[in-house]
Amino acid sequence: MKYLYFPGCSLKGSGKAYEESFLAVAKAVGLEIRELEDWNCCGATAYMSVDETRSYALAGRNLAIAERENLDIIAPCNACYLVLNKTQHALKDDEELRRKVVKALKAGGLDYKGTVRVRHPLDVLINDVGLDKIRALVKKPLKDLKLAAYYGCQMVRPYASFDDQHDPVTMDKLMEAAGAECVPWPLKTRCCGGSLTGTVPEAGLRLAYILLREAKKRGAGAIVTLCPLCQFNLDGYQDQMARKFEKVDFPVVYFTQVLGLALGLSASELGIQRGIIPAGKVLSGAR
Amino acid sequence: MSDNKQKKDALPRVGFYVCHCGTNIAGTIDVAEVQKYVSGLPGVAVSRDYKYMCSDPGQELIARDIKEHKLERLVVAACSPNLHEETFRKAAAKGGLNPFYFQMVNIREHASWVHTDKKAATEKAKDLARAAVARVQHHRSLDKKRVPVDPNVLVVGGGIAGIHAALTLANAGKKVTLVEREATIGGHMALFDKTFPTLDCAACILTPKMSAVKSHPNITLWTYSEVEKVEGYVGNYKVTVKRKPRFVKEDLCVGCMECIDACVFKEAKFRDKFNQGLGKRKPVYIDFPQATPKVVLVDPETCIQLKTGKCKKSCAAACDRNAFDFDQKEELKELQVGAIVLATGFKTYDAGRDPNYGYGRYPGVFTALEIERLVNASGPTSGEVVLRDGRRPKAVGIIHCVGSRDEKSNKWCSRVCCMYSLKLAHLIKEHSGAEVYNFYIDMRAPGKAYEEFYDKLLGEGVHFIRGRVSEVSDWAMTPDEEGKLVLRVEDTLAGFVRRVPVDMVVLSTGLEPQTDAQEVRRRFNIGCGTEGFFQERHPKLAPVNTFTDGIYIAGACQAPRDIPDTVAQAGAAAAEALSLIDAGFVELEPNTSHVLEEECCGCKSCVPLCPYSAITFDETKKKAVINEVLCKGCGVCAAACPSGSIVQNLFDDEEIFSEIKGVLSK
Repeated sequence: MKYLYFPGCSLKGSGKAYEESFLAVAKAVGLEIRELEDWNCCGATAYMSVDETRSYALAGRNLAIAERENLDIIAPCNACYLVLNKTQHALKDDEELRRKVVKALKAGGLDYKGTVRVRHPLDVLINDVGLDKIRALVKKPLKDLKLAAYYGCQMVRPYASFDDQHDPVTMDKLMEAAGAECVPWPLKTRCCGGSLTGTVPEAGLRLAYILLREAKKRGAGAIVTLCPLCQFNLDGYQDQMARKFEKVDFPVVYFTQVLGLALGLSASELGIQRGIIPAGKVLSGAR
Repeated sequence: MSDNKQKKDALPRVGFYVCHCGTNIAGTIDVAEVQKYVSGLPGVAVSRDYKYMCSDPGQELIARDIKEHKLERLVVAACSPNLHEETFRKAAAKGGLNPFYFQMVNIREHASWVHTDKKAATEKAKDLARAAVARVQHHRSLDKKRVPVDPNVLVVGGGIAGIHAALTLANAGKKVTLVEREATIGGHMALFDKTFPTLDCAACILTPKMSAVKSHPNITLWTYSEVEKVEGYVGNYKVTVKRKPRFVKEDLCVGCMECIDACVFKEAKFRDKFNQGLGKRKPVYIDFPQATPKVVLVDPETCIQLKTGKCKKSCAAACDRNAFDFDQKEELKELQVGAIVLATGFKTYDAGRDPNYGYGRYPGVFTALEIERLVNASGPTSGEVVLRDGRRPKAVGIIHCVGSRDEKSNKWCSRVCCMYSLKLAHLIKEHSGAEVYNFYIDMRAPGKAYEEFYDKLLGEGVHFIRGRVSEVSDWAMTPDEEGKLVLRVEDTLAGFVRRVPVDMVVLSTGLEPQTDAQEVRRRFNIGCGTEGFFQERHPKLAPVNTFTDGIYIAGACQAPRDIPDTVAQAGAAAAEALSLIDAGFVELEPNTSHVLEEECCGCKSCVPLCPYSAITFDETKKKAVINEVLCKGCGVCAAACPSGSIVQNLFDDEEIFSEIKGVLSK
């Protein structure tokens, strides 16, 4: 199973631990991953609101490069995943836009036909690798570890291609395959604060705080997430939350980190030490 | 009437009439010019124009001309044949001419209404008229066939629609067989405690009708039965009905229910479908005390005797009428009927399809049908409104339009939910004293005394919040939300987002076609609309008829509707069936196809193409045979026949080619 990997900015920066754990897990379950050659910024939501056509061309360039190799492209960052998917939909539905973008790409020696699929690593693990194979590969089941599986918004909205929009379950199933238990909680796709943590902190911090408080209240030992922005908002602002609301002190990890531990990979390979709130104790103590 | 042979050199004498239709035609087409032009065409003996051809004087004019001018053919250029073909056929007959020696030209819908250029429209009208004159000369004399109608009727579905239709027909002296899939008749209405807007007791008005069905000398009631096969045609249907085994002899059981007490299961422990799973039942059971017929049945999925053959059968031992028969088998029965009323009802939307409302996840979330059972005095809690853990709710939120008016599920309004939500709000408040919140998009109360009922509820202190609830969740933002279900909604009147904590959530699920509606429509050879409800022949003028003659629809199988509308429609369907039966025969249009036997090569191409299953294959002669009674004259077989051996009356080659030649020969 061969795939192209689109890191985006986060996985090379604040989400370094996501990249490390994703690549390690992919290798452990037998996925052949190659980083997309000469990739560029996906444009995120910011560029889209400045100049739509150009932002589609920018994101489209990544798709066009992937098309040359005719492989599915894995985008672990939820924002990249959404933007690349959105670009594909827009170019499919809007003839005029597609003409403009293809023209721009052709000027750069590229072409766009819309043939590659943009995938989330969770989708690939569940649907290509399969839970049966993962269960068989688990070496150290994470007994007694209770998690709150948090999906964020962008993986399921608006393109709920492999899970439910309101009540996604695939990550819960994957974590259960790793031996952990997922607590029932209804905030799976509730806002993490997004960029409001930086721009309107009084709103953003409150949104992030509610998630942490609820996860803790329901008996989880950590939040497990699959988006670098969610992870950063929940993990990185806990000092400010302590000043504003209460001390939370609650680890927030990537699903690939938890899965990696169950597959027998080391904490350092999975970048577990990179979290601001230490997760090692909760995760290793549980083992 | 006149014979088909024509004198070789003399063309039949054609009378041509062009209608002004007030200014509808004459405003755009120069009718005088058309009249003058046609008078010069070969064979035309009379050509006239008249203000309204369809009026009595217009028809009289035609009849008189036929006699005076010895006309042998008739052409009328006017509106659509859908509107007045029959009118002018009658006028021809009145003049003594075979009504099929007539051709109609539609110069209104096809010319005057769709064009503005008067000259071009007039030319087009002339072309069309010329084609018809050329065609009509080849018409042959045809007769309508009559087939007798069997006076017996089948009603499928024993909800209030089927019950009402069956009783109406039986009271008119017709023999009716009522077939119901479940073990009892009563349908959804039997689940309800009260009915809106009068709040009269549903059982009190329904059960007398149920027992009337059971005791009516003209009604044969087959419950726990399903229609397997339908053959035949209008007036003459042969129906095969599957009767599922109850393992209890229906003629012996009197419904004393002593067997239920005696069952080896001391406690009722299996899901009670009738009570929407809120109660439990034993393997031997009866749905509710007034079930009709009042006969117990045994569930083969849970009965030890039926599953393993090793039970001491204390139920059978307790029956002093020896009604138990564990060897009972499924039976197939055949029926002959002239008409069929389909009243197969609806199913409610599966609330689990909206995961944001938490049905199945939070025990405090209920469907409206579950609440119907909870507020019902004969329900699992004897009318007490309690949560699944037995607690009484202090606050209840009713969410309207679940599975209705929603782009993501069903786009239609289910019509009954606003009103039943109001009813449930009233009953919940009355039974539990809880605060009740209604979350609605629009309040739809368009029926007799419905708006007044809404007004009454407003006065009762029920809260109304206009907005579609986005989610039901169990996480608390404030201390007073702890342990509650919280509804998040944009209050579109107040203009802000509310969080409303409650103990119980009621999902007002919409109405959907039955799961097997498509199979049923194929079995009865009728149609379904895009949303899956049965298709009526005309939305306004033939709402209980279908495109298959002799098959009528009533109730929510056609579209969501409430009890008053359902009963009205059931009465209408019964009346339509009666008018068919009491006529004693049906007249068939002669535009049917027939096989020229000596030319048929027996390739069977036509057999599977016929949408009405009118073509069979005679294996001894190796020829296709068309049943003229079933044939609707669609012409598919005639067009497909590779040897040209299928001929359709009024559309044979000579007629069509001469029409084409006529339109092209300017």
